[in-house]
Amino acid sequence: MTVTKTTASTSTAVALDTVVDAGDGALVTVPSGGRLQIVDLHGNQAVDTLFYDAHDIDNRYSAFDTIREQRAVFLTTGSRLMSTRLDELAVITDDTCGRHDTVGGACSQESNVIRYGESTRHQHACRQTFLRYGARAGIGQRQLTHNVNFFMNVPVTSSGGLTFEDGLSAPGKYVEITASRDLFVLISNCPQVNNPCNGWDPTPIQLLGRW
Amino acid sequence: MTLDHEHELPGAAAWSAPVRAGRTVTLTALADGANATMLIIGADRLDRLNIPDTLKSQMSARIKPGMVLMSDRGLALATVTASSLDWHDCLTGALPDQLLLLELTKHGFGEADLHACINFFSKVSVADDPRASLTYVPDHGHAGDTVTLRADQDLLIFVSTAPHALSDGRAASVAVRLETPDHSEDHTGGHTGDPAPDPELREEAIRALRLTRELIA
Ligand SMILES: [Zn+2]
Repeated sequence: MTVTKTTASTSTAVALDTVVDAGDGALVTVPSGGRLQIVDLHGNQAVDTLFYDAHDIDNRYSAFDTIREQRAVFLTTGSRLMSTRLDELAVITDDTCGRHDTVGGACSQESNVIRYGESTRHQHACRQTFLRYGARAGIGQRQLTHNVNFFMNVPVTSSGGLTFEDGLSAPGKYVEITASRDLFVLISNCPQVNNPCNGWDPTPIQLLGRW
Repeated sequence: MTLDHEHELPGAAAWSAPVRAGRTVTLTALADGANATMLIIGADRLDRLNIPDTLKSQMSARIKPGMVLMSDRGLALATVTASSLDWHDCLTGALPDQLLLLELTKHGFGEADLHACINFFSKVSVADDPRASLTYVPDHGHAGDTVTLRADQDLLIFVSTAPHALSDGRAASVAVRLETPDHSEDHTGGHTGDPAPDPELREEAIRALRLTRELIA
């Protein structure tokens, strides 16, 4: 990824303006109070994202504690992203897409084989990206957990069904996360081509940080 | 079936044990509203139960008989071979109450291994509204309800009987039974080590079982 930095002159200066290519990733340190906008530049692009307390990576995002605490499956404006210790790591403070998934997890080479067969074994997958970019922060296999899939549409039904469907997002839709403490935000711009989570065509995203 | 081990967990307790490949684990609720929260770690002591991968590969938002519980690395950990209930919650986690964490720590694991769990005997219903709102169902599990898992590789299982995080009921006890299917007990040369038969499974689950048997089980 390419990073353009501007000098911070006020607390809301643009501190980060980056494009993450399709299938690439990023590790971003967001200070407490910082706002990170993820922009779906071309629409229907799943952005697999993990959050860690930057000073203690064992205090990390917990998808199912987050779901339980808000009594709802989908994430949107107002959702508090909770840790395994039930600390609030971040809050979704703006969302022009409307809802985001945190049940579907990340794609991996191994789960691709299970879902789509042997021919997909050597396709690139989010887990590879997480491991590659997470290493710099000490985030390895044990530290990977169940992520948020921004812009991804995974309907869960009252009969207990779950499917991956066409996205609700569109070019230029964005979500904004405000950090409740100093965070590592680990991002995989999903390379999946075997289901509609990326509209069958992975595309770049933009990260805009203000702090 | 040969009974290997039987144990009663009181409410608000935790327990962990190795379960050899091929053995079955049966949990029985001993009171209405009992809850058994489970984490599973695979034979290599690294590969953990992965609820999102389990759900998306089998198109389900609940755990029910005929599902394979899959690991982070796409292997079969266990198969839900039978249950008196067709809905066990796996969307709402467990409160950080130290019960599971202490059991993990006994085996050299820790906070980093607190993956998503299954809450056996509990149901949290999903509304067909824009946010898929969740409501705990208080009269779902009853005394005598059971679930049986077949270990598809050597496992470590971790069980807590804390009440479900969304329940305001009391903690209740759960019985655990570990058994070995008779045909793999046959040392006379008749049948050797066939695992208990598979229930009807999706093609994805069959692939996970086949890979697991090819690679490690
Ligand atoms: Zn992916």
